[in-house]
Amino acid sequence: MSGLMTRRTMLAGGGASLLAAPWVARAEANTLRIGMQSILSGPIALLGTSSRNALMMEQDRINAAGGFLGRPIEFVFRDSKGQPQEAARIARELVNSTGCELLIDAEASSASFAVQEVVRDLGSIACIHTNSETSSLTADPKIRAPTAFRVARQGVHDAVAGSIYLAEYANAKKLNKWATCSPDYAYGRDTTAQYLQFFKQFKPDVELITEAWPKLGQPDFTEVITKLIQAKPQALFTLLYAGDLSAFVNQGNVYALFAQMTVATPNVDYPVLAAIKNLPAGIQSATRYLETFPNTPANKEWGQAYLKKWNDRPTNWSWQNSLAMQFYEQAIKQANSLDAKALAAALTGMKVNTPFGADGTITMRDDHTTIGYAIGWGQTTPKEPFIVDVKTADWGKIIELETEWKKQQKYI
Amino acid sequence: MDLDALGACLTTSACVVTQATSGLIVGMLLFLVAAGVTLIFGVLKIVNFAHGTFYMLGGYVAYSALAATDSYTLAVLAGALSMALFGVLFERALISRVYGSNVLMQLLICYAVVLIFDDLVKIVWGPEFHAMGMPLAFQVPPLFIAGGVVPPFYAVLIGIAALIAIVLGLGLSMTRLGKTVRAAAINPQMVSALGVNTTLLFAIVFAVGGGLAGLAGALAAPVRSLSPGMGFSILIESFIVTVIGGMGSIAGALVSALLIGMVRGFGTIAFPKFTDGLIYIVMIAVLLVRPQGLFGRRS
Repeated sequence: MSGLMTRRTMLAGGGASLLAAPWVARAEANTLRIGMQSILSGPIALLGTSSRNALMMEQDRINAAGGFLGRPIEFVFRDSKGQPQEAARIARELVNSTGCELLIDAEASSASFAVQEVVRDLGSIACIHTNSETSSLTADPKIRAPTAFRVARQGVHDAVAGSIYLAEYANAKKLNKWATCSPDYAYGRDTTAQYLQFFKQFKPDVELITEAWPKLGQPDFTEVITKLIQAKPQALFTLLYAGDLSAFVNQGNVYALFAQMTVATPNVDYPVLAAIKNLPAGIQSATRYLETFPNTPANKEWGQAYLKKWNDRPTNWSWQNSLAMQFYEQAIKQANSLDAKALAAALTGMKVNTPFGADGTITMRDDHTTIGYAIGWGQTTPKEPFIVDVKTADWGKIIELETEWKKQQKYI
Repeated sequence: MDLDALGACLTTSACVVTQATSGLIVGMLLFLVAAGVTLIFGVLKIVNFAHGTFYMLGGYVAYSALAATDSYTLAVLAGALSMALFGVLFERALISRVYGSNVLMQLLICYAVVLIFDDLVKIVWGPEFHAMGMPLAFQVPPLFIAGGVVPPFYAVLIGIAALIAIVLGLGLSMTRLGKTVRAAAINPQMVSALGVNTTLLFAIVFAVGGGLAGLAGALAAPVRSLSPGMGFSILIESFIVTVIGGMGSIAGALVSALLIGMVRGFGTIAFPKFTDGLIYIVMIAVLLVRPQGLFGRRS
């Protein structure tokens, strides 16, 4: 009897499905799929998960406001584990097989360059890189792709802002002997070089006495830490981030590393600060994302909304992804189309009002990268607000020195 | 390449002590994992590609146990014992079905276990990294020996690992069980024909191997980030250790783990941009001179 019921139920269900199928298909066809790929597992999964969280909030907000061109939006999330070949495959699959009409590339730089080439090859899809900070991705005209944009902080911007702050700090504290410890891939190498270049410009007597290049996701930093201790620098600059930074700090604490040298990093995010059990005070740190910087009601409201929804604090990657959707939203309205070339034309030079701007706005420059986002440097404290005494960076100076750097690199 | 820096380091006791301690801690934790790999291979001729999963789960179990009990000792015991039990279940439920099968079948089963447990860890503990934090008892300043820095926590870890190496070595050479395990490694059919319960023996081997990997994961948890998939990198290094030491040799695993640790410790000073590459060069050099590994038997 039960078997008969099962068959009947199945037949009824199947019939209903057949009848409903065209409607379902139509509803699905109307939905605008946006592909998002990132690192969603491993020691730096925080990059991907905090990006995804922000995008899901944007999905709710945009759909509540009527979607894009009257169509509800839906994200398709994929985990590339940060592997370039996997990232390239996923980007193609998202467009060709999954039917995504827009892309959010939330990869770290290791994979973003691979995605960039896929976007260039496809030619017919708009893509916003939301997490790659390696400057050459958009600064180098040979690498820049016509329909790909970066809505993220950029290494060279941070390098100028950070170098000015750190040079002042180093002069005040008489810190001349420095060491570096950064992840061994494009972002770590390029951005460390940029920091050093500008740092030497502002503080010519600085001396780099040792450097360490641990692998991304390396479980043990002991030999790196002991090497740094042996070299006896007065200060250490590091671009480690997420789980790597947490492990480095925990292992550094074992050696009392932070009592032996000043540490400076632009990569301290809220959840990392919260996850590090014994956060040393006085690390010189960029703000990445802070609810209190810029200290505006809109910024505080966004940070609190994120915290309420996810029971966790947003990261730098969260605001960048949220901002990317603001850019898409405004560009689609302006272009009244999803056509990649039309969107590219609309995005170029676009200015959006946003809580994350230094003056409440952020601009997409004609070299496909954003300027005007909030950059500040201060020092860590073990309790909230985690970073205090924040000094705001001067965007005029950043752009002036970025232009010089671009000329040196023969990008312009 | 900075050979001057290495020369300067080797002539100062402070640098030698600090870097040697660094090499010892990396090497000893690696030994705990690699000992299981080599023991299982030696006895069962199974290359356990899922061994990194034991290390990862040991760390996560210890993390949760610490949160529940507030005792690091209990957390470490929980990590080690749970993985010993998991080793038995893994062997009985899966590996025992592929003894003597094609190595690809064994690889497939191990890889499936890796993927399944990476995803389960994501579901249970979340995809982001976790940090256990240093136990209160070890939140003390480092010791200074001959001018070198030696963290008390690492000194204890090295001591525990060294003790286990001694117990394992003596256990295999002096006890009846150890002798049986060694006999099974050479001729399992004969051991079985003599009436030894090889089913139990194989399960014990997996329990010891799994327990050691779980212990390493739990011991390292206060200083290393916990994240899904973290077993992979240690697995690769464990295989390098096993190959250099000689497949199936515990003494070889110890010597080669310490060798890798020292290459890391001192290599990072001389070759800061090529430390990982250096390990593979050591492996190639050893295999060119002794293809069976340092302590391996020629087949």
